[in-house]
Amino acid sequence: MSVGEPGRAAAAVLELRGRGIVPGVVEAEALVTHDSISGFGGIDVATGTVIEPRHELFGQCFTGRVLVFPGAKGSSGWSGFFQSTRLMGTAPAAMVFNVLTTKAVLGAIVTRVPTVVEVAPDPLEAIRTGDLVRVDGDAGIVTILRRATSATASASA
Amino acid sequence: MFLTDEEKRMRDGAEGEAVAAAMDLLVRYGDALGADRLVETRNVAGTMTQPSPAKQRLFEEGGWARAYAVINLDCDRDIEIPRMKVPTCQLQHGFGEDAAGLTAYSPQSIELQGSAESYYSERGVNILATCTPYQVGNLPVRGEHVAWMESSAVVYANSVLGARTNCEGGASTGAASLTGRIPYWGNHLPENRFATHLVEAEVPVDGFQEWGMFGYFVGGEVEEARPAVVGDLGQPDLADLKHFGAATATSGGVELYHIPGVTPVAPNLDAAFGGRAAPEPIRYGRREREWVYETLNAQGSSTDVDFVLLGCPHASLDQIARIAYLLEDRRLHAGTELWVMTPRALRTMADRNGYTRTITRAGGRVLTDSCPAMSKAAPPGTRVFATDSAKQAHYLPAILGIEAWFGALDECIDAAVTGTWRGGLR
Repeated sequence: MSVGEPGRAAAAVLELRGRGIVPGVVEAEALVTHDSISGFGGIDVATGTVIEPRHELFGQCFTGRVLVFPGAKGSSGWSGFFQSTRLMGTAPAAMVFNVLTTKAVLGAIVTRVPTVVEVAPDPLEAIRTGDLVRVDGDAGIVTILRRATSATASASA
Repeated sequence: MFLTDEEKRMRDGAEGEAVAAAMDLLVRYGDALGADRLVETRNVAGTMTQPSPAKQRLFEEGGWARAYAVINLDCDRDIEIPRMKVPTCQLQHGFGEDAAGLTAYSPQSIELQGSAESYYSERGVNILATCTPYQVGNLPVRGEHVAWMESSAVVYANSVLGARTNCEGGASTGAASLTGRIPYWGNHLPENRFATHLVEAEVPVDGFQEWGMFGYFVGGEVEEARPAVVGDLGQPDLADLKHFGAATATSGGVELYHIPGVTPVAPNLDAAFGGRAAPEPIRYGRREREWVYETLNAQGSSTDVDFVLLGCPHASLDQIARIAYLLEDRRLHAGTELWVMTPRALRTMADRNGYTRTITRAGGRVLTDSCPAMSKAAPPGTRVFATDSAKQAHYLPAILGIEAWFGALDECIDAAVTGTWRGGLR
């Protein structure tokens, strides 16, 4: 993998390969967490915000961003909560996760956003919050198009 | 994913549009999981009637058929919803009539749920309205493939009953109800049912509170993995394992555990690990037990308790009887409410046996269908609540923004009667 020169946005910085499970292609800023996400008691569907106390993303909004996370935890309502974000217009733009569970997989399907799983290299390490990424759910490719500047990273972190 | 001829016919519309939509969802879901095929099931526990703003809007747009199509089948077409193909029950949902006016929970939601109940029961859905279907007649047998939601029910079905289910969701159970199929993946496969971790209790684990605390520890340690638990364990009963499993699925995502000699799939440690050598045990000692207790009580600062919540997961008849016994000839503190959540079928038995009368006379309530976490509502003005449930102590502070105390049943009853939390680790 080649790393683009600083300050040059034209070429892709890094391409990560996985398996697309929900089709579609989208480009958006990444929101990355090393904490698993809970649906019930974990997110507020009206605002698209993480509400679990002590969660790394507590108080942050995932709406319109590429949610990069390890996987789902907690209640079986997970898919229903993320489906509700779609119906309420607060859904993330795409999902990238590596821990395959029924909760997260069904959740991605009913949220109907491009989703890539089983991604290498480890997306939690490779992608940073604020990076502009393209998620290609058809080809199973996640591309980092532009690194977050320190300003965008700190604004969204 | 491989489909049988019958499944292909369902997919292609031979049984109507709703069944075709259901099969389409199952194929997308199974392919995404990487499942090789589907498996037949005749036992589905899902959710259709629980009100939500999104569901209300869909209902207003196109009735319950539209709500089912979008939410339970992930399908945007206008389709008729036929009778469920296989036995299906509704799990816990929102508050019912018995809780009307007790909280800020909206009367419109209660009415909406009533309307949904009529629609779905006409289509063969049994409105058990509980997180514990296994307490009210839905008891899958060992080895049976089922499609259940509700993490505490899933872990009970897999572990205590030896049935086989993944932690399903609203759409996968909706599709399973109309097809009698679910992806053959995860917990359905025999090779995925052996223990991966060993947890050894070095302190005695006996009784409801201790089993809940132990479960909370185990879940936090193993996360989504499959623990076998051994050590200084007393003989658990239904309520103990209901609490233990719910706690493992709260601090972690445990869907299956083994207690060698107790749960049916593992008569001994060797069987729990499928003949492989057990790994080094994770130890649950005095320090770990104290850590769990402190973690569950980290959301409490004021000792002025204005709400006591019992019955998470929904109380057994035995638990209700104990609560009634402890409340006999006593009266709740003027500023404190006490609720016991239970399935409606057990509420009927509690009424018949006089337990409800004793609890009500003391100033408490026996309520059904839901819980404060599911309905996001507690008595008005609640700032501090106490509970004997590790799961409710974990979730309710985040959901309602209130403080929590976790302790033994007698400590919770004491708080209800005095209005003061005086619990402590014993």
